[in-house]
Amino acid sequence: MTRIAAWTIFLLGCIYFALPLWGMTEFSLRMRRGEYSFDAYASILSNPEFQRTFLFSVTMALVTIVVGVLLVVPTAFWVRLKMPELRPFVEFVTLLPLVIPAIVVVFGYIRLYNTGSWLPLTGTAMGTNALLAMGYVMLALPYMYRAVDTGLRAVDVPTLTEAAQSLGAGWITILGRVILPNVLTAVLSGAFLTFAIVIGEFTMAAILNRPAFGPFMQRLGQDRAYEPTALAVIAFVITWACMGLISLVARTQKHTRAAGR
Amino acid sequence: MSHLDLQGLQKSFGANRVVRDFSLSIDKGEFVSLLGPSGCGKTTVLRMVAGFETPDTGAIRLEGRDLIPLRTNARNVGMVFQAYALFPNLTVAQNVGFGLKVAGVPRQETAERVAEMLDLIGLPVGDFGSRYPFQLSGGQQQRVALARALAPRPRVLLLDEPLSALDAKVRVRLRSEIRTIQRHLGITTIFVTHDQEEALSISDRVVVMNAGILEQAGTPFEVYNHPATAFVASFVGTLTPFEARVLESETGLVDVSGRRLRLGRRLPRAAGEALTLALRPEALRLGRPEDEAIQLSGVAREVEFMGSIIRIRAEVGGTPFVLDTFNRPDAPPPAPGEAVDISFSPRDVIVVGA
Repeated sequence: MTRIAAWTIFLLGCIYFALPLWGMTEFSLRMRRGEYSFDAYASILSNPEFQRTFLFSVTMALVTIVVGVLLVVPTAFWVRLKMPELRPFVEFVTLLPLVIPAIVVVFGYIRLYNTGSWLPLTGTAMGTNALLAMGYVMLALPYMYRAVDTGLRAVDVPTLTEAAQSLGAGWITILGRVILPNVLTAVLSGAFLTFAIVIGEFTMAAILNRPAFGPFMQRLGQDRAYEPTALAVIAFVITWACMGLISLVARTQKHTRAAGR
Repeated sequence: MSHLDLQGLQKSFGANRVVRDFSLSIDKGEFVSLLGPSGCGKTTVLRMVAGFETPDTGAIRLEGRDLIPLRTNARNVGMVFQAYALFPNLTVAQNVGFGLKVAGVPRQETAERVAEMLDLIGLPVGDFGSRYPFQLSGGQQQRVALARALAPRPRVLLLDEPLSALDAKVRVRLRSEIRTIQRHLGITTIFVTHDQEEALSISDRVVVMNAGILEQAGTPFEVYNHPATAFVASFVGTLTPFEARVLESETGLVDVSGRRLRLGRRLPRAAGEALTLALRPEALRLGRPEDEAIQLSGVAREVEFMGSIIRIRAEVGGTPFVLDTFNRPDAPPPAPGEAVDISFSPRDVIVVGA
């Protein structure tokens, strides 16, 4: 009885998640009347605006990942090594983006960095892009910090650091050749989550008026029927690909696989 | 001039004074063990030499040069940790070559040195060089950690309880290997342990510490046979201590619970003063005494069969005595509760603090 109930709940769960996705995918293939086709996908992929906005968002995602890693890895390492008593405070700070809406943050940015301010970032496209990247770093902070901190938890950070120091290594060598490689899977998990967040982000990009993928999806949804659903499917595939890459990296990391034995 | 000189080291963590006025001079190539119970400050001393802790006061000089202003990575001091601390992402060869790579040693020279070090620890590079730490046993990992610490040719080798995480057999084999390698390289070594057998078996000198204080420094023979303080006497080896009152200081005549013993040597206390005496288990014998021996009668309370040795805990007039005797198949040990005769020579009595 319990077994049947468990399977029933599992199947209901699968249907709950799979049915809308199936419906959406099926609808995206019905652009050509009377038969299934990839016309909607072809239409999107050949759309120059899609290419432009997608490239912009990918670039922003990569910048966000690099800045996020440079910010989070040394911070999490230092907190774990030298200031463990500050961990609850740092964790609280990194969780703030989850409770402060992006729209509040972006209006705060505009107020602080507008053309009349001491640092007029919104005055130029490059400055606004930098502002957007900062916003994305902040949005991704809870995911990146948690991922890296969890990775560091699995490593004996103080002893490995001392071992490296006793062998003549400085801080940059320790971070680059000892700590980072040992939390690489965690960093990549954080990076792929960041990528997925940035690719689909709408609020910040729209309000800062940047040519990102999120606002493009929204615009496309206003005046087309099949392309927006095809675009949503593409966005899902990208997200799932990121998830798949996380597990793939975790499997291919020889020493990480061993640590998890 | 000594190779490594520690002078007046003090270290506190908050209100807790962990090391108090610790001074020690170590000669080049000497193997010194810091021995003491947990929390006695031995690891803190080691960490101050390594540069992981800064002493509140005092000086650390290596070959006459003050180490305290130098960072850990500039001290050229090798360290082996209890938890191995091998880099999990690097192979055995990469681990051993890490310090050389950091120092900018050319690739060819690094490869040669790595092979030399791995040969030294009995893990040939051809068989083990490409393995990851998780593919090695605990003993092998600690060997690699030793090779890694030795590869950059440090001026001092620090071993922080390197054998504690290993099982008994591996521990005994590895400690002997460590000593052989240390002698072969002639490297000055400080070995931290709470295991007295380890310290006594491989050290040129043993430094016994308690509550941050250096209690005694001496050869294993001196520390074991002539403990300087009651703590050293009780901590190093098994001991039966008993109180005595000096009757004649010059001739060593003492009174133990109404019984007169002549120790035949000058005592460090004046007549009438109290004195702590002690006996090692191996100084006590079962059965009838020799001519000059002192005989006691008691009851065996516990008999522990330890293979080649049988340890008997007997009670004599309310005082517990611990006695070791060699196992002889033709002479079974007494059963618990059985009356036993115990004897000892007065010259084997240890005067604690003498």
